[in-house]
Amino acid sequence: MNAIKRILGIVWISIGMGAVYYLIVNQAIMLWNKGGENYIPAIIYTVILCPMIAGSLGTFGFYSLRGEFDSKD
Amino acid sequence: MSESKKSSMFSIIGASSVGTMIEWYDFYIFGSLATIISTKFFPAGPGSETLSFLSTLATFAAGFVVRPFGALFFGRLGDLIGRKYTFMVTLLLMGGATFAIGIIPAYETIGVAAPLLVLVLRLLQGLALGGEYGGAATYVAEHSPANQRGYMTSWIQITATAGLIVSLIVIALTKSILSKEDFDAFGWRIPFLASILMVGISYIIRRNMHESPLFSKAKADGKTSTNPLKESFGNKLNFKFVLLALLGVTMGQGVVWYTGQFYAMSFIEKIMNVPKEQVDSIMIWGLCLGTPFFVVFGWLSDRIGRKWIMMAGMLVAILSYRTIYTKMYETADIKGKTEILEKAHQVAELKENAKNKNGGVDSVYTFTKAFTDGTTYKEIKTKTLKNGEVEISEKDGKPVIETKKIVTITDTDKWTLIWLVFIQMLFVTMVYGPVAAFLVEMFPIKIRYTSMSLPYHIGNGIFGGLLPAIATFLVSNAQKVNSVAAESGLAPVIEKPYLEGLWYPIILAGICFVIGTIYLDGKDNKVND
Repeated sequence: MNAIKRILGIVWISIGMGAVYYLIVNQAIMLWNKGGENYIPAIIYTVILCPMIAGSLGTFGFYSLRGEFDSKD
Repeated sequence: MSESKKSSMFSIIGASSVGTMIEWYDFYIFGSLATIISTKFFPAGPGSETLSFLSTLATFAAGFVVRPFGALFFGRLGDLIGRKYTFMVTLLLMGGATFAIGIIPAYETIGVAAPLLVLVLRLLQGLALGGEYGGAATYVAEHSPANQRGYMTSWIQITATAGLIVSLIVIALTKSILSKEDFDAFGWRIPFLASILMVGISYIIRRNMHESPLFSKAKADGKTSTNPLKESFGNKLNFKFVLLALLGVTMGQGVVWYTGQFYAMSFIEKIMNVPKEQVDSIMIWGLCLGTPFFVVFGWLSDRIGRKWIMMAGMLVAILSYRTIYTKMYETADIKGKTEILEKAHQVAELKENAKNKNGGVDSVYTFTKAFTDGTTYKEIKTKTLKNGEVEISEKDGKPVIETKKIVTITDTDKWTLIWLVFIQMLFVTMVYGPVAAFLVEMFPIKIRYTSMSLPYHIGNGIFGGLLPAIATFLVSNAQKVNSVAAESGLAPVIEKPYLEGLWYPIILAGICFVIGTIYLDGKDNKVND
């Protein structure tokens, strides 16, 4: 199980990076360009969701990869 | 447990729960009145109801977003000076902010200051709630025997739903007493103003409570933290558990909760176009039927463990959301119903509109349809007239038309929707019933308030709180894509646009389920006392 946890660390980091790409490149930039009522979701994606998802998943993945979540028994 | 201990335990739970429920009530009346608040404080001009509503949802969400900051501020205070005093402060802060929202003049009177003041007060509400929940959960858990923590804290878990139910009932009562015009003019303020009375009562009850015995003992032994923030988040050993609590429990629990209680409500009203009165009634019934299960799953978590109940709740929610929302949508979808053609009629009229500054008159077309099962459909198209001519939007050169659709459903359809909301409530109770005990047991006493509050409020406040705004936006975006395709004579690009909002909870709960299943220790931690 510990090996799986470590390997999954790479998956969490990748999902975190994928979230940055999807939320910023794929969504927020397009929404900023559209303007109007799209500003609200653009702000939510850029300022709140993206840092929160990418930051937490990235850090979690990093710890996981380093074996910080390995079971002791 | 002896009878006297049991009775004192229930008075502790009662006093904590009533206050927490009132805080949730305060927090939710804003959401329950989002539609009317959007017209009073966030008018965006004709044809921009979505922008108005999204602004209101964003302000509603702002209260959720600051909850983690409240958790940090008041959590630190709670770990330094004690649980009891901290949640007394949060109660008063919440009550004051809610009352103040009730007395703010509308946008028409004080202009842009109105939405700004609402936003500031909403942020104060969020800060207060950020401090309240962790305090109440910790306080009750630290009074409970270790083998009954899930059951005892599940009463605190009920308060959030109870607060929403009370908010819906108070609003429904106010509406039933006042005429529609009076409710729109001033009646919507009554639920906000009533808060001060409830907070006063709760303050008196809580004033006589004693500090948590575990915290008092830790303080007497000199074992409390001198810097809870540093010990919670500066210490890697503890911080990794904060991350695990967030990504393995509260993120998924938050989105399942807010889908079942809030997105369901907004979906029925805004996407299915069911009138507000019917929506409130559906939600009150669905929530009331589901609420006892918080205690059932809290109690069960003491017997079979907390992790698997929460993970099962997430999994079943992920797998069934699309089916449930398809069934919900079809219940009120007039395309699947047989129309009584002779009952269809349309009326064209000119109506005075004080908000229309260009002549004060709107051209209104009302189409009404009736169906064999008793459903009625009304579509009201309002064209703004500018000096006698239909106003043309500067943005796209098209006439400014406001379209309002109302689908009044039958009692049978109403009960179908109540049942579907109830099923979602079961998922909510599975993930939310045991979570307070689970989080309390994850962290040691000296930094418990701070450490458990932060992941809880990020999961629920941010990931959950943003859900209605994001999901509504995703659906509205998908509908626009389809309408652009329809204008070009193409087939719809997205087959079921109304389901698009569900991707957000499904993806986040999916990630949380995998992390929780693999990384969380199934053995509930009883060593942190």
